[in-house]
Amino acid sequence: MSQSSKYPAVEVSDLTVAYQEKPVLWDVDLEVPQGVLMAIVGPNGAGKTTMIKAILGLLTPAAGQISIFGKSYAEQRRLVGYVPQRGSVDWDFPTSVLDVVMMGKYGQLGWIRRPGSAAREAAEEALEKVGMLDYANRQISQLSGGQQQRTFLARALTQDAQIYFMDEPFQGVDATTERAIVDLLKDLRSSGKTVVAVHHDLQTVPEYFDWVMLLNVRRIASGPVPEVFTEDNLRTAYGGRVAFLSANGAAPAKEKA
Amino acid sequence: MSIGELFSLLITDHTIRTVAFGTAILGVVSGALGAFAVLRRQALLGDALSHAALPGVALAFMLTGQKTPAVLMIGAAIVGIMAILLLSAVTRVTRLKEDSVLGIILSVFFGFGLMLLTFLQRNPDARQAGLNTFLFGQAATLLTRDVLTMAAFGLPALVILAIFWKEFKLLSFDREFGSSLGFPMRGLDTALTSLLVVAVVIGLQAVGVVLMSAMLVAPGAAARQWTDRLSHMVLISALFGAIAGVAGALISSLGNGLSTGPVIVIVVSVIVVISLFFAPNRGLFWRRLRIWRNRRRYQAETVLLDFYRMAAQHADATQPHPIAALLAIRPGAQFGLDVLASRDLARPDSEGNWRLTPAGVAEAELLESGFANENGVTE
Repeated sequence: MSQSSKYPAVEVSDLTVAYQEKPVLWDVDLEVPQGVLMAIVGPNGAGKTTMIKAILGLLTPAAGQISIFGKSYAEQRRLVGYVPQRGSVDWDFPTSVLDVVMMGKYGQLGWIRRPGSAAREAAEEALEKVGMLDYANRQISQLSGGQQQRTFLARALTQDAQIYFMDEPFQGVDATTERAIVDLLKDLRSSGKTVVAVHHDLQTVPEYFDWVMLLNVRRIASGPVPEVFTEDNLRTAYGGRVAFLSANGAAPAKEKA
Repeated sequence: MSIGELFSLLITDHTIRTVAFGTAILGVVSGALGAFAVLRRQALLGDALSHAALPGVALAFMLTGQKTPAVLMIGAAIVGIMAILLLSAVTRVTRLKEDSVLGIILSVFFGFGLMLLTFLQRNPDARQAGLNTFLFGQAATLLTRDVLTMAAFGLPALVILAIFWKEFKLLSFDREFGSSLGFPMRGLDTALTSLLVVAVVIGLQAVGVVLMSAMLVAPGAAARQWTDRLSHMVLISALFGAIAGVAGALISSLGNGLSTGPVIVIVVSVIVVISLFFAPNRGLFWRRLRIWRNRRRYQAETVLLDFYRMAAQHADATQPHPIAALLAIRPGAQFGLDVLASRDLARPDSEGNWRLTPAGVAEAELLESGFANENGVTE
């Protein structure tokens, strides 16, 4: 459980992933320093989700090394929290919000041991943070999209991690929830945590994140938003279909309102 | 024969008691494990597994020359587990979809099993062994020995399910998250599916390979209707399985020539139909009723608010209004007015003018303030 500050939070080198013949990720290098909020952006099919899954060891890469705080994922998984896409599970599963959130403690519990009052308290605390405590005993099928997302975030919070990987945390949530999630991300950053999130809305990148990776099978660029989130890089990543960006003032020159 | 007499047979009649005990064990085990299969959308897997177990029975007999249930069940279990491994390997390696692979495995294994059975028919020992009964099952022939064997397979399966409850729940709800926590999800998947094989194997002699999948799927599907908690669902599912098992054994013992396996399946199907329609919350009947009630309520409330806003322009909120004025705002208000009248929130007077009652005014004020308080928080 070492989290010495000399290591980057995530270090990926030469990562290649291929499902069929065509690679989904090709020779990607990435270094994420500790304590940043990083967005992974790129067009559909760019391999953003694959990138996160490869880092989390959910699929086997064809090549490449991945380390979390200087060690392999298997050694460091207690330091990692994960928020999958909310569409990845069956929300009609017979269980309650509190129960789902307590799953965040399953890793620390290890085999066979059941979550007890400590896990319950941790889950309630996390639900409080995402503004869902009143919903603790709700059946999960009664949740709106935003509430599902908050439930998943609360589950990740109970993991009490140092770095969080989030797959599209803003997908299909309303403005209120989006604001709540952004506040939560900033809280995480101010307590020294690192967040890596797949993000779709280019307009909000400079406002929500301080670090960014542009991905389209290859890594186009990664680094601080003001340096990397440039029109040139975006055009390279999206193939020239980002004219709307400069018009709407999301370019880094005007960021940080 | 009365129901009471029928149940007394459970105590007095050794044969019936044995059969009922056996089918109850089968019901509990297949109900509990089948609940997971239902949640994991693996109904077809149960079907494929039970068909795939048939050649296992025949092979076990051919290799050992024995027909003790334990030997035949072990044979069925081994071949069943081979079928799962083959299924997961073929699905991983090829680009075939899982349901296609299931279909192929089901028919290939079942066909092979049928071939072996026909071959064995020439052997008088095999005929005597009654291997044919594994097709459609023959619960009436269950002996104490068979029931003990069923319990010896089923009890450990249930204990394992209880021990790894948390892990199996994680597997069923969010497999990738479980992986990220470091649990070997593929291994857990194989383990849970192997337990499903045990359930299948237990049922082979009583209900046979063809009907077994109903015993896996139906109790779970019915139980899902009654609860929103996994633990309750599994218990209810086991209970439904047991009820079906015992009821099937009793009904077929009436001497009407009905064989137990199909009767069990019919009973469990009746339970499914009742659950689909009448279970609270999820039952179709109650849902329809709720929709109808809500529609009635909303229509009444919109008319009530129209009424209130119109009346609010006057000093007296209970000011009477001609019905034409209300209909002008909202054609079709008549239905809403009738509902309001039935709840004594509005009343027509002798000239056909409608007025709000004081209760109606209070209700409308409540509704109005409710709208004002709504501030976009999703509920």
